[in-house]
Order: sequence, then structure tokens, then C-alpha cells
Amino acid sequence: MKPVGWQAWLLTETPGGRAQARAGRWYRNLRRFARNPLAMSGLFVVLALIAVALAAPLLAPARAVVLQALPDRLLPPSLAHPFGTDELGRDLYARVVFGARITLSIVAMVALIVLPIGLGIGLPAGYFGGWIDLVLMRLTDIFLAFPRLILALAFAAALGPGIRNAVIAIALTAWPPYARLARAETLSLRAREFVLAAELQGASAWRILRTQILPLCLPSVIIRLTLDMAGIILTAAGLGFLGLGAQPPSPEWGAMVASGRDVLLDQWWVATIPGLAIFVVSLGFNLLGDGLREIFDPRAA
Amino acid sequence: MSEILLEVADLRVTYPGEGGDFAALRGIGFALGRERLGIVGESGSGKSTAGRAIMGLLPPSARVGAEVLRLGETDLRGLDEAGFRRLRGRRIGMVLQDPKYALNPLLRVGEQIAETHRTHLRQGRRAARQAALAMLESVHIRDPARVYRAFPHELSGGMGQRVMIAMMLIAGPEVLIADEPTSALDASVQRQVLAILDEQVRARGMGLLLISHNLHLVRAFCDRVLVMYAGRVVESCRASELAAARHPYTRGLLAALPDLAHRRARLPVLARDPDWLEPVR
Amino acid sequence: MIELHDVSIAYGGRDVVRGVSLSVAAGEAFGLVGESGSGKSTILRAIAGLAPPRAGHIRLAGQEMPRRRTRAQRMLAQMVFQDPYGSLHPAQLVDQSLQDPVAIQRLDDGEGRIARALAEVGLGPAQRFRFPHQLSGGQRQRVAIARALILAPPVLLLDEPTSALDVSVQAAILNLLDRLRRERGLTLLLVSHDLAVVAHLCARIAVMTEGEIVETTTAAHLAAGEVTHPYTRALLEANRF
Repeated sequence: MKPVGWQAWLLTETPGGRAQARAGRWYRNLRRFARNPLAMSGLFVVLALIAVALAAPLLAPARAVVLQALPDRLLPPSLAHPFGTDELGRDLYARVVFGARITLSIVAMVALIVLPIGLGIGLPAGYFGGWIDLVLMRLTDIFLAFPRLILALAFAAALGPGIRNAVIAIALTAWPPYARLARAETLSLRAREFVLAAELQGASAWRILRTQILPLCLPSVIIRLTLDMAGIILTAAGLGFLGLGAQPPSPEWGAMVASGRDVLLDQWWVATIPGLAIFVVSLGFNLLGDGLREIFDPRAA
Repeated sequence: MSEILLEVADLRVTYPGEGGDFAALRGIGFALGRERLGIVGESGSGKSTAGRAIMGLLPPSARVGAEVLRLGETDLRGLDEAGFRRLRGRRIGMVLQDPKYALNPLLRVGEQIAETHRTHLRQGRRAARQAALAMLESVHIRDPARVYRAFPHELSGGMGQRVMIAMMLIAGPEVLIADEPTSALDASVQRQVLAILDEQVRARGMGLLLISHNLHLVRAFCDRVLVMYAGRVVESCRASELAAARHPYTRGLLAALPDLAHRRARLPVLARDPDWLEPVR
Repeated sequence: MIELHDVSIAYGGRDVVRGVSLSVAAGEAFGLVGESGSGKSTILRAIAGLAPPRAGHIRLAGQEMPRRRTRAQRMLAQMVFQDPYGSLHPAQLVDQSLQDPVAIQRLDDGEGRIARALAEVGLGPAQRFRFPHQLSGGQRQRVAIARALILAPPVLLLDEPTSALDVSVQAAILNLLDRLRRERGLTLLLVSHDLAVVAHLCARIAVMTEGEIVETTTAAHLAAGEVTHPYTRALLEANRF
């Protein structure tokens, strides 16, 4: 079947301009991605998380999140409370919906901290080598030597509990693998002939890193980040569970699981429903990461 | 030509693709006796696909069909992976361009040669080791005991290719397929490796299928030559008569080669013609 | 145009090029032949400024080349590499690959330069907005030549530019290089293991082995077999089928 109309415009072998060529590349990648059902379900979960977080006030009344109604405590799921209520009589549905905002903000903030630090250390270390590499990588090793959760716990304990401090603690322990990954990719790219050609043209090191190396490093770093997101969400939930993350009454999923711990056997929904939310979102990020890896796999390009 | 060792008729290979099927081989045929048969063609002509189809080494997505695909009395059509594995090494061997990818980097090369011997001939460890050392010597390796203990990365390109040949010949196959066996080697080493290949094939009365992009090499080394273009054999002639080839594609290829003895201001460039898909008779 | 005086280049603590001197006139095509490991590609990289010599002097267009070249000195020599698959950025359009050098050197009329460079190597608007994986090997090599030429360097360094290409494509690229030399007065330095290719393009040829030039001869002498050094004779013999 021959493509027609806008499809033909996107799939043409002879694009008329930069924008068309780029759009065509995106479209082709999108089509490859769309053929992978697992990746699509991952994308769906992540998009759903974003949609729920954005539309939370439309999906549930904001005041239900903290509204305590002791007579209604520990009610099983029903029409009035689709996910039941917790030990203080708060509506679990509203809390899970608004908890999506906390999870999304954790994910976004960690990504915003980890990517620049990882790339900022890994790219120069790989490209310049020598003592720059030595100093940057020893610094990375120092951070890598600490067990992640313990370091995050220590940070959270030192800085005081709270979401913002939990995010900083997670980000500070999460960046070293990215620096290593970026360095390894840079090492394999810096002797490639297109990089040499750019050097011959008189490009500065900064320009080569930005235009030649970064675009090829970025996909694998983003894939790694997507795959790590599950772990980051779990760490955040873990900190919440231990009382070092989000503070009550904030509806953070990990903290919610912790509060349901005591009643797990008799009122299973209190811990299970936020636990399920953590599980689904973590799985979604993992599936999305796997799908992205398949698209960006250089062997398939 | 003497007895036929390998016979192929109407061999077709197609790959299913997004925009329709891609025909890598569109019906090729030849018979290989105790001789050196060269297959030349440019990249994408299907020459390597032909070798791999005979060895059963195509990816699972490939659809292979043939009227005749016969090694001696064995029909290779529809043979499963286990069946091919019994044949590979024992009755048909293959030498590839880069021995680094064909040898296990973690095992000493001698052990890998001996392993082939043990798998196919089952004469015990000691016999296998003796045979491997003798084989290394017969491919003109001066210090077989040392090379036996070497790891693949410790060998030069030419030495690696000799080891590959030794490994492929140790179980005494009837047919050897060599796919660009010397393309990664310097000219002087290339000659030595070809000479060893030639000597072994003659001494053992084997059939050799030499796949190469290099017209000079095939002309100098083979008895007969098949010229492939776009998945078909467009011409087949004696190697000594290649200079008098009739097909315009073959003539175009020959003319496009720079020649040390006859320097020209401009090299004629091949202008492709859809009619070339028809073989000359 | 190119002058090397007693150049030695070290790699891993060992001299891989030892005391090489050569001189190539403007508009001349000069060939360097030898087997792998002879140091011929290393010399090319040193001239390009990618591998600074341990000792000796390199002069381009009469200027002594320092260890760190200025942006203007970079424009004196550009290079075309062997592997047409590795020499173009896989995520960049052809257009971008040609625009970068213009931007780096802050040249005017980028649009016109790109169009002219593509036309000069026999490509057109149809190939301009493609990614490298959408081009054939020969087309990629043409893009690599266009990228080198867009800075209008007086010297073009060629490292086995056709050895990864099919015979028919090789012929077209060799013709293109020869035409560029004659029309633009380019100085070519061609490195190859293939004597016939070097002799086709170059009038003068130096033979290298183990980091040294053992003989400098002409294509005509090579064709006639009138060579003096035993290594050259062996090389000639190995190349003749």
C-alpha cells in the first residue's frame, strides 16, 4: 500500500527541508514504537500518571485528601469511597489521585538534577581524558561507594525530613552511574571519524561535545533514566515509608503504605491500593524504557 | 568436470520487509566439482547470501527455496538446525573475512581446532590434539605448538586466517566456502593465505567456493567464475576467459578497475541497465 | 604546498613514523603506499593536525604548523576518511554536516556554499535533507568530500577514500577527485594500500614500510617496474595478479 497525503509527506525519501526530514524521522520512530504493545502500555501508564496529576482537582475534591472523618475510618471499598478509607477516615481514592502529583514531581525533579550533573561530569571526563578524567571519575567513585538508600537516609536525616530533601538525597546518590555511562559513550565516540572531522574544521571542544557527542549520548542516558525511574519512585516511597520523605498529612504513596501496615491483615486496602499505584507506575516506566531502547538501538537504525 | 560435490538450482532467498518482500537471491544455480569456483559481485549482489544459504546460516526471517540444493547425496532443502550442525565442519566448511569473530576469544586456538576434531570424528583427546598440531603445520605455521596455545587476539590477521582454515579442514569436509577470506589482509599476506588454501584444496580433492568482490583475485585464483548482479548469476565463464566476458556488467566492472599497467585519464563508470537482470547465454 | 621535514611521530612510547621528509607542490597529487602498520595514515593525521609530531617540522602553504592550530590554519587542510559509514554523524542531516563547518569558520553565504559544494560532488537537493543511513556508500563518501571542500582548503588529505567502496563506485569517486584537482588546483595527498588506485590518481608516489619512506618514485616508473628498493619490488609483485 502506498502512503498518501501527510503520510507520504512524512515518509518521503527526499524531504524538501530540515523540518520535514526531522518530522519524518520522528514519525518513523513513532511507528516502530507503536508496534511494540508492551512499550505502548508503558507509555500509556506514564501518560496516565501525568494526566491524573494534572487533572487531580477534577477527579477528586482536594479537601477530601485531608478530610478526617473518624466515624468512617477503615471502610472497605464502596460506591462512596471507591478505594475505601484509611485509619483516619480519609478517602483513599482522593489520596491516591493527589499522590500522583507528588510522585510526578519527584520523578521530574530527580531527572532535572541527575541529567545535568551526570552529563556535565561524564562528557568532559570522557572527551578530555587525562587529569580532568581522573579527578571527575574519582569524585564519581566516592559517591558510588556509598550504598544508595543509606546515603539517601543520611541526607534526609541530616537535612530534615520532607519531599524536597528526599528528592535532593535521591538525586545526589543517583547521578554517578549517569556520569559513568556518559563517559563510556563519549570515550567510544571521541575517536570516531565524524568527531575528528569536526576537530579538523576548527570546532571548539565545547562545540564538539554539544553538537557531535551529546546528541548520541542523550538517548542512552534518557533510556537509563526511564528504567531507573522505577527505582527512584521506590526509593522515594521507601523514604516515605520510613518517615523520612513526605510528611503527614501529605498523600505520598510510600507513606500511605506505611500507615496501612498495622492493619494489613484485616483492612488490606489501606496499604495495598497505594502499593498497587507504586507498582503500576514503576512497571510503566520500565516498559517505556525498554521500548525506547528498542527504538534508539543503533543496530536497528 | 568430475563428480559433482555441491549442486544448486533455482536457489531463492527473500526477506519480508516493511515495504514488501526483498528478494536477495532470485534463482541462482551452479554445480561445484573438485575445483575452485569463484563468485564475484558488488555489495548487495547476493554473493554472501548464497554462501550462507548453503551453510544454513541465514537469519530465521529469511525464506529459502530451491529446486535443487544438494551436498553430495544429501538434500539440504528443509534441513533443520541440528541437521546443518552435523554437516558444518564435517562435510562443508566456511572461512569468513574476519577470524576474530569466528573464533571464541576465551579459548586457546589449538583447543578450538581439537574440539572440532573431537565433535565430528570422536577419536579422543590425544588424537584430536595430534591432529590439530599436524593441521596447523600443514597450513604452514612454523611453530605449531606455540600457536596451539595462543589466544585468538594474540594472532595477526594472516595467522588467524590460517588457524581458521586449519579448523575448517580438520574434519575433512568435501566443500569449503570462503567468503572474502583475504579482504582484510595486506596484499603480501593475502597471497600466502590463498596459496595455502589452494594447496589444501588440491591435496584433499575438495570443492572450493570463493566469494569475493575482487575481480583480479578471482581471476588469478579460480578455475571458473560466476558473476552475480542483483541476486542473479549474470555470467559464468572460465576464469582465464574473464577478460573476454560478454555481459556488459562484467565488462563494466573490469573497465572500472584502475590498472597499473594501463593508466587512463578517466575510468569508465558503470551505467546500470535494467536489461542486465537477464543472463547471457 | 605540503612540506615535511624530518618528521617523527610517537605512539604509545614508540616512534611509528621515523624521520620522514617529503614535499608536495601546489596542485600536485602525491601518493603514499604501504601495508598496514607502515605509518602512512599516521603521517596523514599529523599533517591534518590530529597527531602532533614528536620531532620535525610540518609546513602547509609556507606556514609552519604549531602544535595547536588556529582556526584559520585549520582551513588549510581537510581530510576524507576511509569508512563512509563512520565519517558522517549518524543523527545529522547532510545539510547539518555541511552547515557546521560554515558556522565554525564564520563564513558568509552558507546557503550558497552548501548548494555549490553538493553540486560539485554530484549530489543535489534530493540528498541534502537526508540522514546518512538513507544514503549509499558512494553517496556518503561524496558528502564527506563536500564537507571537506566547503571550507575551500588548498590541501585535501585522503585516507583510503575508496577501499570500502565497490569497484564501480570507486571509479566514480576517483574521477571526481581527479576533476577537483584539475579544476580547483587542489593539492591531494592520497594514502592507500592499492598500488593501482594510487598510480591512477597520483604522479609521484612514496613507498613506506615500518615508519620510513624507502623509495619515492613516479607512477610511470612503478607501472614499468623500474623500481630500486627491494620492498617496493615485493609490494609491486604482491599487487600484481
